[in-house]
Amino acid sequence: MHTSLLLEMAADAFPDRVAIGSLEGGVTFEELKHRARGAAAWFNSQAGETVVFIGYNGPALSSAVFGSAMAGKPFAPLNYRLTDPDLRKLLARTAPSIAIVDDDMLERVRGIEGVTVTGRNEFAAHCRDHIAQGAELPEVDPDIAVLLFTSGTTGEPKAAVLRHRHLASYVISTVEFMGAEEEECSLVSVPPYHIASISAALTGVYSGRRAVYIPNFTPEAWVDVASFEKVTHAMVVPTMLDRILSVLETRGEKLPHLRALSYGGGRMPLPTIEKAVTLLPQVDFVNAYGLTETSSTISVLGPEDHRTAIASDDPNVRRRLGSVGRPLPALEVEIRDAEGHAVGPGVPGEVYVRGEQVAGEYLHKKVIQDDGWFPTNDSGWLDDEGYLFLEGRLDDVIVRGGENMSPGEIEDVLRTHPGVADVAVLGVPDDRWGERVAAVIVPSGEAAPSVEELSEWVRTRLRSTKTPETWEFRAELPYNETGKLLRRVLKAELAEAAERPRD
Amino acid sequence: MELKPGSRWKSSVCNAEVVVVRPPKGSDLNLECGGVAMTPLAGEKPAGATLNPAFAEGVQSGKRYFDEDTGLEVLGSKAGDGSLSLNGRPLQRREAKALPASD
Repeated sequence: MHTSLLLEMAADAFPDRVAIGSLEGGVTFEELKHRARGAAAWFNSQAGETVVFIGYNGPALSSAVFGSAMAGKPFAPLNYRLTDPDLRKLLARTAPSIAIVDDDMLERVRGIEGVTVTGRNEFAAHCRDHIAQGAELPEVDPDIAVLLFTSGTTGEPKAAVLRHRHLASYVISTVEFMGAEEEECSLVSVPPYHIASISAALTGVYSGRRAVYIPNFTPEAWVDVASFEKVTHAMVVPTMLDRILSVLETRGEKLPHLRALSYGGGRMPLPTIEKAVTLLPQVDFVNAYGLTETSSTISVLGPEDHRTAIASDDPNVRRRLGSVGRPLPALEVEIRDAEGHAVGPGVPGEVYVRGEQVAGEYLHKKVIQDDGWFPTNDSGWLDDEGYLFLEGRLDDVIVRGGENMSPGEIEDVLRTHPGVADVAVLGVPDDRWGERVAAVIVPSGEAAPSVEELSEWVRTRLRSTKTPETWEFRAELPYNETGKLLRRVLKAELAEAAERPRD
Repeated sequence: MELKPGSRWKSSVCNAEVVVVRPPKGSDLNLECGGVAMTPLAGEKPAGATLNPAFAEGVQSGKRYFDEDTGLEVLGSKAGDGSLSLNGRPLQRREAKALPASD
């Protein structure tokens, strides 16, 4: 099934409802369909075979996503925060292509062979012209819908391939068509090159929920827009939530219209969630786990799960607040050991997933297996009732003298220490053990807790081999703008420090 | 008829339209709406066909319908008065549990 049908159905069902922007002057579903058709007609008139998007989030994103779908050309949003040389290198890989670029970024990307660069205002004008001409769109055979370049913290960025059938399966199996009430509104604050932004464009349309954007995230802007637009639904990444909560506290803002807040894209510190639940008692919290390669969400810790876990005295139930919930009904999830055999509850291993939304494919490289199972490269385990607990990327697991240790488990323990605001645990090279456990601590107060105290804290809660042997204290940890801890950056810095002769 | 994934069909007797989301296993299969074989979206509806009252429960837009025996699943993309069947066997509506919004 083709993703453009999602928009056609929405425009048929609720033509006059606002799809994007404010209730006054926003773009209706009917208008969005026209704009997308105009965009498609213009894309068809161009030689480029891929539609690239470089810029902030905004209404043009939806026209471009659906327009490229209607034209049968893959949509490839690029990370405008890359350095100029990296951005140009990536853009050159998309040739022959058409690039829609924010006007103030145009100078960064001009003059690449095979890439037709168009400013965002010019793109809007092209869409209008082609609507006016009423061009007929030829039928297209649906194939690749989206190419998303992975963040590339290791080597060259890889282009994850999502076909129309994967995205359409995801949408129709997780969203009720036109299930949103008229007053509902979602706030999109993730950048266009994040899978959650693409899936939000599709699920928003299918659910009939109005969407508003903030072009570039700041916690103040987020709270302003959420309040002004009476936002009911929003998705945030971990680094955003903590900052949003601080603004809410300072202003005493309660966001009475907000009903549902989902978070994902990285490990959310438990204290942040507990604080959010206290500050926003009327809000349903949803923790979603997903990957680009799986068309977004594959498991969900729903509002009821949050309430049950918070209210429970049973440690096994309470710890589920730190899980990513249970797999979506249309999917299967398995944990497998290093030999590829499925393991039972409580045993950690690699998370495998299978289902119609799972693409598991990169340009020129298929990772999904012939039987449909996709190895996620995430390490995790399931509890007795099927709740999934993640331990981090498989490559981040620390191997000390043959023993596998999850950084996430040690981080969680350290994070419960009152003197710790943030923490990263990783393996550094060690002559004797292969790797040893290192911890980088961001203290919460002026005086950092002592190494002895922190070591004791871990030793009594886990065991001595899991107690970090190297400690570092810093003012902050390196994150990328979508909230992912840059472990490899940290690891390289620590490894370098370890090799330097001591003074 | 060849019920390929992504193929779109319109009712020969009402306004309903569907898209195939999961193809059926087997051959000699006919997808009907209102008791009459459906027409490819781009095709001409047969003249004079009428809705069989035994298949008049309607198709709803945005609902999924499936056939247990063959695995066929279609999505209603436009509503209509006729109801869906495969070789005369009524399709069943999938009652999906609503999931909390996550993106």
